[in-house]
Amino acid sequence: MDAARLNAERRVPDSVIDRIDRLKAELGDRPTDDFGFDPESIKPIAPALHWLYRHYFRVEASGLQGLPTGRVLFISNHSGQIPLDGMMIGCALLFEGAPPRAVRSMVERWVPTLPFVSTFFARLGQVLGTPENCRTLLEQGHPILVFPEGVRGINKTYDKAYELQAFGHGFMRLALETRTPIVPVAVVGAEEQYPALWNARPLARALGLPAAPVTPLFPLLGPLGLLPLPVKYRIRFGEPLWFDGDPHDDEARLGDKVSVVRDAIDAMLQEGLENRGHVFW
Amino acid sequence: MRIAVTGMTGRFGRLLAQALHRKYALVGIDRRAWTTRPVDVEMHQVDIRRQRCEDVFRGGGFDAVVHLNVMHDPRASSEEHHTFNIRGTTRVMDYCVRHRIPKLVLLSSANVYGPRPENPQFLTEDAPLMGGTRFSEIRDLIALDMCGQSFFWKHPDVETIILRPVHILGAVKNAPSNYLRLEKIPRLAGFDPMIQVVHELDVVRAIEAALLPGVRGVFNVAGCEPVPLSDLIRRTGAEIIDFPHFLAEPVLEQLWRMRLTSFPAPEVDHLRYVCMVDDAPFRERTGYAPAHDLDRTMAHLALSRLAELR
Repeated sequence: MDAARLNAERRVPDSVIDRIDRLKAELGDRPTDDFGFDPESIKPIAPALHWLYRHYFRVEASGLQGLPTGRVLFISNHSGQIPLDGMMIGCALLFEGAPPRAVRSMVERWVPTLPFVSTFFARLGQVLGTPENCRTLLEQGHPILVFPEGVRGINKTYDKAYELQAFGHGFMRLALETRTPIVPVAVVGAEEQYPALWNARPLARALGLPAAPVTPLFPLLGPLGLLPLPVKYRIRFGEPLWFDGDPHDDEARLGDKVSVVRDAIDAMLQEGLENRGHVFW
Repeated sequence: MRIAVTGMTGRFGRLLAQALHRKYALVGIDRRAWTTRPVDVEMHQVDIRRQRCEDVFRGGGFDAVVHLNVMHDPRASSEEHHTFNIRGTTRVMDYCVRHRIPKLVLLSSANVYGPRPENPQFLTEDAPLMGGTRFSEIRDLIALDMCGQSFFWKHPDVETIILRPVHILGAVKNAPSNYLRLEKIPRLAGFDPMIQVVHELDVVRAIEAALLPGVRGVFNVAGCEPVPLSDLIRRTGAEIIDFPHFLAEPVLEQLWRMRLTSFPAPEVDHLRYVCMVDDAPFRERTGYAPAHDLDRTMAHLALSRLAELR
C-alpha cells in the first residue's frame, strides 16, 4: 500500500476502513465484481465522503435497523441540483448500515463514453442504467438505489421544494419481476443545498446541460456560489414494502402500486419537515 | 460419430482435431494441406466452394459438420472475404440438406454484438447484432450468423447450432491473443472496460457440447469470470502504454494503411466499451462449463507467446 493511501486512511475512523474491507472480502480474490466495482477504490475518497457526511451535512440517518439483506430496491425522492442525496444515502448504508452495504446506482448512457469518469464510476459501483443491468444486479443480491423522479426531481426550482414529481414505473416492473422488496427513503435537507430560483433553460440547452439553476448565490458570488449550502441532511429509511402482481400489467395498475411507494415517501417527508427544527442544524 | 470439419488446417481447426480425433472419426476439408495431422484424421484438400467438394459430403456418411472455414484475415479484400465466407457457408448448408447430415455447428463470435457504450453488462442471445455499425469487416460474420438463423427456419430437420464465444485466447492468431502477446500493450487512457476471455480449448469443449443430440439454437459462450482490461494486461506482465482515445483511432488507421499494424482501427472500441455475454442458456442446455480459469488461460497465452518468440 502506498504512503498516500495510508495517510488518507488515517483521516477516517478505522471502522469505515473495516467496513470497506468487509465488502472487499465478499469478492474473494477477484479484482472487481462483474460490473467493475472494487470496494478498495472507495478508500482514497473515504476521508472526503466521511467529512461531507459527518461534518458538512451532519447526516442524521434513521430506520437503518432491520433493513432487508440481499436484494432490495431503495426508492428515494430526488433533489438539490446535483446528486449529493444519492451519495449521502450510499454513505449512510456504508458507514452505518448493519451489515455495511454498497448500494449501486444507475448512471446515464453517455457516462461510458467519458474517459476516467467511466472507470471511476464503475469502480465505485455505479452501473449503466439499463433494465437488464438492474435485473442482473438484483439477481446477484445487490441493493439498488433508484430515483424514480429522475431529472424532474433533482432540477426542480425551490418553489416546488418537497413536492414529489411524477414517478417512473420502471422500478416497480423490476421489483415485481425479481420479487424484490422496496424500501422507501425520504431525504430532508437536500432541497436547500442549492435553492434554485430559476432554471435558465435556454442556457442549459446551449451548454448541453440538463438544467442551469440560478440560486441566491450563483452566479452572483461566482465559483464560490457553486458550493452547496451546509444544510443538515435527514435521511429516513422506511419499512420495506412487498408487491405481488404481473410485471407486464398495464400502466394504470402499475401506477397504483407506484403510488403506494410514493405516498409512503411523501408521508415520511412531511413528517421529517414538521419535526426538523432548522434547515441548517 | 463421424464429423466433417471444414477449415481444419487453420490454427483453431488443428487444435480441434488434435483434441477430438481419438473420440470421433474426423474428416478435414480445407484448401490448404496439413501434412503433420494425426494419422487417424482423414483429410480432403479441396476448396469448399468447388463442386468437387460435394463428393466428400455425398459419400461421407457424416453425423455432423463443424464449419470452421471462415476467413478472419482483416487484410484480405472484402470481396474475397465475402465470397469465401458467405458462399462457403451457404454451400455447406446445401450439402447438409442434400446429404441429410443431421447436425451443423457454426462458429460465430460475441463480437457480432459489438462493443458499445449502451450495451448492458451481459448481452443475451436476442440482443441485436450491432457489431457492424462501426467495424464493417465484421459484417461478414454477422451475415454468416444471420444465414445460420434463417437456415433454422428453412430446414428444421437439421439441428443447427450457432456458437458466439467471447474473445478466444491461446495459440490462435486473432486480435485479442495478438494484442495480449504484445510486449508493450497500448490502452486507451481512462478506459478500463470489463472483459471476458475464453481459453481456446474451452471453445473446443463448447463445440463438443454442441454435438449432443437435440441441442440446437444460438448460444453465447463465455469463459472465465470477467475482469477489467487492466487486470488482464497486468497478468501478461507487459508494460501498459496509455493513449488518449481521440488520438488512438486516427493513428491506428494511419499505421494500418502503412501496414505497420495488424489491428484494424475500429477494433479499439473493444478497449473502450463493454461487450460481454450471458451464457447461462448454453450451460443449462448442455452442462458445459469452462475447464480453464483465468490463471490457466493467461499462462497458456504466455506459453504461446514464448513459442512464437522461438
